[in-house]
Amino acid sequence: MSLISTLARLEAVSTGRAQPAATVRHRHLAGRPLVFVPLTTAGEAGAPLGALVGTDRDAPRLLVVPQPRDRDLRFQFLAELADVVLPYVDSYAEAVEAAERNETDPETGKRVKVEVELCADAPQLIVPSRAGIDFVRLLGRSMRFRRTAEQDPEAPHPAPPRVPLLGRWLTHFGERARVPGSALLLAATELLSRHWATGQSTLEDQHLGALLAWIDPPAGMTGAEAAHAAELARDAKGQLLHPPAGPATDPAFDNKLLAPALERYDRARTALAAAEDGLEADERLGELTAAERAIRDLVESRTRPTWDAVWRGLDLLRELPEGARVEERWTRDRWSFTSHRDRITAGEPPQPRRDDAVTAANKLATREREQARLEAQEALDDPLVMAGRRLSGEAFAGEVTDVVMTYSEGKRPSPRPLVTLRTDDRPHLGERVKVYRSLGGKPQSAEFVGHDGDGVVLRILDKMGRGKEPEPGSVPEKGDRLCFTLFEHEQRGGAKLPDPENTPWTHGGPPGEAPHEAADPLTAEDVL
Amino acid sequence: MPLPRTRGTALRQQLAELRGPDVPAKALDARALAALAANPGCRRRAILDGAGVNKATLASALGSPSAFGQSQFALTRGNAFEAKVKADGGAELLRLVHEKLDRHAEPPVDARVPDLTAIGPEGRTARTALALREATEAYGAWTLLDHPMLALDVAGSPAFLEPDAVVVHPDGGWTVVEIKSFPMLDGSADPAKVGAAARQAAVYVLALEEVAARITVADVPAPEVGHQVLLVCPKDFSNLPTASAVDVRKQRAVTRRQLARLTRIQDIADALPEGTCFDPARPAEELTSAVESVPATYAPECLSACELAFHCRDRSRAAGAVTSLGRSVRAELGALTTVPDVLAAARGEAGDAADPTVAALRRAATLRAEALGAAACR
Repeated sequence: MSLISTLARLEAVSTGRAQPAATVRHRHLAGRPLVFVPLTTAGEAGAPLGALVGTDRDAPRLLVVPQPRDRDLRFQFLAELADVVLPYVDSYAEAVEAAERNETDPETGKRVKVEVELCADAPQLIVPSRAGIDFVRLLGRSMRFRRTAEQDPEAPHPAPPRVPLLGRWLTHFGERARVPGSALLLAATELLSRHWATGQSTLEDQHLGALLAWIDPPAGMTGAEAAHAAELARDAKGQLLHPPAGPATDPAFDNKLLAPALERYDRARTALAAAEDGLEADERLGELTAAERAIRDLVESRTRPTWDAVWRGLDLLRELPEGARVEERWTRDRWSFTSHRDRITAGEPPQPRRDDAVTAANKLATREREQARLEAQEALDDPLVMAGRRLSGEAFAGEVTDVVMTYSEGKRPSPRPLVTLRTDDRPHLGERVKVYRSLGGKPQSAEFVGHDGDGVVLRILDKMGRGKEPEPGSVPEKGDRLCFTLFEHEQRGGAKLPDPENTPWTHGGPPGEAPHEAADPLTAEDVL
Repeated sequence: MPLPRTRGTALRQQLAELRGPDVPAKALDARALAALAANPGCRRRAILDGAGVNKATLASALGSPSAFGQSQFALTRGNAFEAKVKADGGAELLRLVHEKLDRHAEPPVDARVPDLTAIGPEGRTARTALALREATEAYGAWTLLDHPMLALDVAGSPAFLEPDAVVVHPDGGWTVVEIKSFPMLDGSADPAKVGAAARQAAVYVLALEEVAARITVADVPAPEVGHQVLLVCPKDFSNLPTASAVDVRKQRAVTRRQLARLTRIQDIADALPEGTCFDPARPAEELTSAVESVPATYAPECLSACELAFHCRDRSRAAGAVTSLGRSVRAELGALTTVPDVLAAARGEAGDAADPTVAALRRAATLRAEALGAAACR
């Protein structure tokens, strides 16, 4: 954490309200995001209890598993989830625009431009917290290897038709969320804590209710009081007034409310199965429906506050203007969405359990490059982020006090103006260190020449046109206020990795035939 | 005439008085020890744990109840899984130990599973030590100790620990087994949970090493306690067990060092005012002042490890301590430890400008104000 954000936190403590940690919004927010608030069963992996999901804040779809240990009921839940998520995803797959991509021609080995489709927009999933992102990934993993009755008629317990497809999409969303600056799958807590500094620790910021309480406390309360209430306030029955954002539930809820409700449901089911005639069955079906209704109400009561909180968080975020380079990063998300759409249409198998060496190295390289890109772009978009870089000596801003025109030596002298910048910042400049400024959105580079009193002398190197005289506006003028960075504005890709079939033996050699990813073995017991 | 008190019984007496008459002692478990080792500077936690005070009850009595609790679903699932792993004389468990840790040994058949029941923790500890000695002497056989009891000296008072299982190999080596119910998905589990399990297992390894040092088998060197423990978890989305060997040398070294660093409970107890008592039945003000008489070292990490954390957090915030925002924040601010001090220094109202922390703070404040001002103008 930089000293500037620490200071913001301390100010939040003393003012009782969260302080801005950004002056623009650094993530793309879709016009129609799909909000997903899942709950899971304690102690079980991949046994969802229920969820609220949808794009309309006033009409979420409530999905419930009345007995999470029952495989069929779980499949029913996942099928219903697929009915909500897949049409939403598909609605973005249709509208495309033409784009160009560089590809290596397999015959000549040359880089050629290829005309391809790029989806005009992409779906966006919002979950309440970091744990929600992990849960999306877990759900994806639990579904993508399932076999439907159509794929494998012999398999016991076939999955409903669209469940494996949902698993592949959720896996893609989960993988993409690991790329810095991406926005296909976002957590509300991370979005909010990126843009506001609260008067509590980063650990406590993971509580969505507490975080919102600091950013937008109710009238008459300080952020600290409201956050305390959001974390701990309980009603007379010992239930949290602000249930945790999940997917884990509060143990007091599990023990006092959920367990008896599940028991009642189980009893009603056993009774119905044992019913001897139609009349009796009708009566017992009524009881089963009532028991299921009770569980639905419980799940809704635990997810609805979080649902509303996520939308409130989105409202707050929409008040911030979008950063200038956010759109460019969203385009990368659109590429990612489009390429996964193409993989599915092409009938490729689901993502493997483990990546091969080249894929893994590529993913890592992408994440590193995107991290560097994100850091540079956020600083260029937002003076507050740039202030942090200036404090750490990675950038400096000041006023131009002098410009002297000089020329490069050589056959065709080019302009190499010397610019003196008066600055209070203390950048880490060594001899001939390259620095960059943004000129009409493009980086212009300069090199450090020396110090002149409290001024820094720089030699401008490019973006001045081809002629002897620099193009108008390309050379700073006396009195201009400029900001130079020591980091590059645009990221170059690293060295190209070999194709998977040329993986060197040091990294396991060529992966060969893609391993057949069998479905997870099913255990005899229905319980997990 | 009463017997002259030894130092040990005197401390025990003193701790019982701190706990309050008629209040049963809460045993220190490995989880608590691992948490204590993670924050060795906290005298409050050390004395309360040492005296066997139930911190959850105490926190409720203080008016800041802890948010800890375990869902009965998780509990049922955990117990069912452990029972499944240990079913059939631990055949599956021993197969996993053989496969993951000791492939060269004879495969386990008809392993010995000694009965470890005895009265009281001391009795069970003695019984466990005896069983371990016998198992080590039974060269060439596999032995599974189900829920043995181990004693570890913590800051001058004994803590009794109950690992899920200890396996004695045919060559006489000992291995700690941890059974957890979080899944191992495609061969990897949640690193945070694995880390917690490893810290817990390290405590058992330390306790076993003490037992091993006391056992002297004729002509046989002291038995070796494996620094690799076996972590058994459900595989993927099933309830089939799978296992992985976890090297706990680092955690063992850290825990050993931190336990040695723990301020001796005797010293903390001696420094308490006369008549201090943590009996939750006492009035809240009295309890508060009793708790306040021992200094705490609060950091946000306590929230996930200590029942008293909300109480300490309130105090820490009321005192304006910057540590309540995180240890890293505290580390960044040098000698300035309270929020008002830092803000005054940043505004230039206090502090020595020659102090590098103060200078950096002022620079940060100026830059921040400039950036926010520029944004407001747009």
